Formats: sequence, C-alpha cells, structure tokens
Amino acid sequence: MVLNKIFRNCNEAVADIPDGATIMVGGFGSFGGLPINLITALADQGAKNLTVIANMGGVGFELSQRIKPGGYQDLGILFEGGQVRKFIGSVPALGGMPPNSPLEQLYNEGKVEIETVPQGTLAERIRCGAGGLGGFYTPVGVGTVVAEGKEKKVIDGKEYILELPLTADFALIKAHKADKLGNLVYRKTARCFNPVMATAARTTIAEVDEVVATGELDPEVVVTPHVYVHRIVEVRR
Amino acid sequence: MKDRLDEMTIALRAAREFTDGAVVNLGYGMPGLCANAIPEGRTVFFQSENGMLGYGSLATDAEKDYEMINASDQPVTPLPGMCFFDSAASFDMIRGGHIDIVVLGAYQVSEDGDLANWGRPGRPATGMGGGMDLAAGAKKTIVTMLHTTKTGEPRIVRKCTYPLTARRCVRLIVTDLAVIEVTGEGLVLREIAPGWTLPEVQGLTDARLTPSENLKEIEL
Repeated sequence: MVLNKIFRNCNEAVADIPDGATIMVGGFGSFGGLPINLITALADQGAKNLTVIANMGGVGFELSQRIKPGGYQDLGILFEGGQVRKFIGSVPALGGMPPNSPLEQLYNEGKVEIETVPQGTLAERIRCGAGGLGGFYTPVGVGTVVAEGKEKKVIDGKEYILELPLTADFALIKAHKADKLGNLVYRKTARCFNPVMATAARTTIAEVDEVVATGELDPEVVVTPHVYVHRIVEVRR
Repeated sequence: MKDRLDEMTIALRAAREFTDGAVVNLGYGMPGLCANAIPEGRTVFFQSENGMLGYGSLATDAEKDYEMINASDQPVTPLPGMCFFDSAASFDMIRGGHIDIVVLGAYQVSEDGDLANWGRPGRPATGMGGGMDLAAGAKKTIVTMLHTTKTGEPRIVRKCTYPLTARRCVRLIVTDLAVIEVTGEGLVLREIAPGWTLPEVQGLTDARLTPSENLKEIEL
C-alpha cells in the first residue's frame, strides 16, 4: 500500500493519466460532489482518447450561465477540449436545455460515442465492478431501448435483463474530509456517486476540502475506507 | 382561450395524492414543485436519487447550499431526521420497492400506462437519468405534465411514439386540463379543469377517455 498519498496540487495528482485511459468522475450533476479542480487539471494536462464514466455529461461554461449567474465549469470542459472518445452515463445531455452542450454537439458531429445507462443501473454496474462480480439481472429497462441486445431472463415470473460490470483505470472523486491514510467522509448530497466510484478504479484520486490527521475521523462515520484511496489533494473551499 | 391550470396548481393537485407517512420521489422539472405543496397536516418523506431522504421545501436564495440539492440540481432545506447515502444505496431503495410514490414528468403517456419521458426526436443525446429505475421500482407512478405539446399535439396517446421509460407503470396523470386514472383497461377521466367539457378535453387527447361516474371539477 502507498503510504504517502498526499499530493501538493491537482495538476501533480493527474499528471500520469495516459491517453486512452478509462476514467470515472464522481458527483451527480453540475454542482455538489463534482471534483471540479481535478477535472480542470485533467483538461490542462490534455490526455486524449479518454473513456469517461459519469452520471451527467455536463452543460459546459456557456450554457451554465443560464443556470447560475456568472456560470461555472463542469465536465463539459473535457469535451470542449476534444479529450473524450466515449461517454458512459445516465444524462449525457439535459432535454430541458438547448442542444449545444459540448458533449451533445460533439455527438451530433459524430466525434464521440455515447452509452446511455439508467442511473441506478450505472451505480450498480460500478458496484459490481468494484466487488468482483460478473454482472446482475435488473428489471430496469425491460421493454425499452436499454434492453436491446442484452440477455433476458424470467425469475419468479418477472422479466429481467443482464447488465455487466464497469471498472476504470482512474476515479476522480470529491469528498469533504480525508485523513492522511485516505479514509473519507462526505458532505450532504455531495456524496452521490463518489463513494461508489472510489471503490471501482485501480487508482482513485480524491479532491477534499480538508486533510486531517489520522485518527481524527470517527471510525463509525468513515464512508470510504482508505484502502480504496490512492491519492489525496486538499483544495480548501 | 379558456384558462388552463398553471404548473403550481398541477403540483398542488398531484401532491394531494401523498398519503400521510409516504416516501415520495419527485422527478425532474415540474414534479419538483410538489416539495412546496404537501397537504396540511400530512407528513411526507421526500427521497432524492442523488442520496437523500427526508428533505424539506425548496431553498430560498438566502438558504441555498449547492451541496444540498435535489436531483433537479435545486437546493433544498434540511429537516430533522433527514439522512444522506450514496447513489448505489439510493437505487437499492428505489428498485427494491421502498418508494411509495414517484411523480415524474412525461413527453407521452399511453392508454396502457406506458411512459415516455426522456428522449424526443432530434435529441438523441438526452438521457433517462433515474426515470427508468423509478418507474420500474416505485409502488405508484404519478405523471404531471401539460396536456398537449407547444404545437397542440396530444401527449396522452394510444401508443407512445417516443422512446419508452417503462411499460405499464403510470397509475395517475395530472395535467393542466384533467386528472386521469390509468386502470389497465383504459383511461378514466376523474376530474376536469374548471370551465372545460369532456368533448373539449377528449378533442385534445389521442387515447379514449371514459368519464368517471363521479366526474367533477379539479379542486384543491
């Protein structure tokens, strides 16, 4: 196990992510739980041909100004930079927004592949990958496009489809506090996909509000055990 | 032009279905307004698929905390007894039948209760989010939507032409013109907006509506 996990900044923490890597990015939508400083560091670093697994594809800075005065960065920055080959997630683009998020534009130009996955199925596929399982049968998506090409099974009279696990080379996640070993706690709904993705990557990089001394976090409230966390960067709020 | 119900009135009518003690999930868009529409005297536990149970009303500007948002990215307020969990646990709750009622928006609902609420022509990159999981797992699915599209096309149809979210999942439809029950053997018009007649509403509905014996005006 790596004993010194603390990195000085996000740029150093993502420096070795290679072209072609598969990367999980935690969070839910555009706010609350998105490891935005790791994302912008990866945008600066410039790795290409990435497969990105995340709940939403982001709206990008231009559209974000319709949602929040002044705008904000989100996952869209990776698509704007042409860094992504394939996106796997539950909301690549928001139907209630104009069709010009960076991901939707690239998709419509045929420059990126999208695999759309129901949100709960996305979480469970990641949990399967993390836990060494080969897949699971779910009723979600039966009778829809999601079921196309998948193995079907009737169990106790109910229809299910087979869904397969997801893992990644790197997970970029956001937590509230880490101790120096990498135990993590989260804040409110900023938890979301972060603890699930933290467990499913070969290298998990955590952006946290605060690093505290080992022993300071109550063992009863640790959400992500340190064995899953390989790199920690403190970015003060 | 006759008046149609506004979105808040639709939300208020849908929220009247919330039974005391119910666990309720609110979908993207108009359903979110139901957080501010709980009937007086009832306790409702709102679940949000990003990992929260027991939140309160939508936050005012002064209360906003972007690390406490519902699944529509709207900041909400805390309540005593609320709790947080991760996305996998949240969808165990949803698929496992622990949600009593989900309120979802829709592009189309069919006479069989099929729901289409995530994809539409010309927008192949939009996604279903948690809608498929919720429609498959909640004990009761209520749809709130406008009765027709912006160009006047019916949204309540014999057969959905938009991509499905789930088959035979919708139990009640609340629109700006009507409250309609999906019975499994067709649609029953239970309530109608003030000033509107059955032939007028039927004229804006592709599927056949059978009037309830107790057909009445929508009341709040």
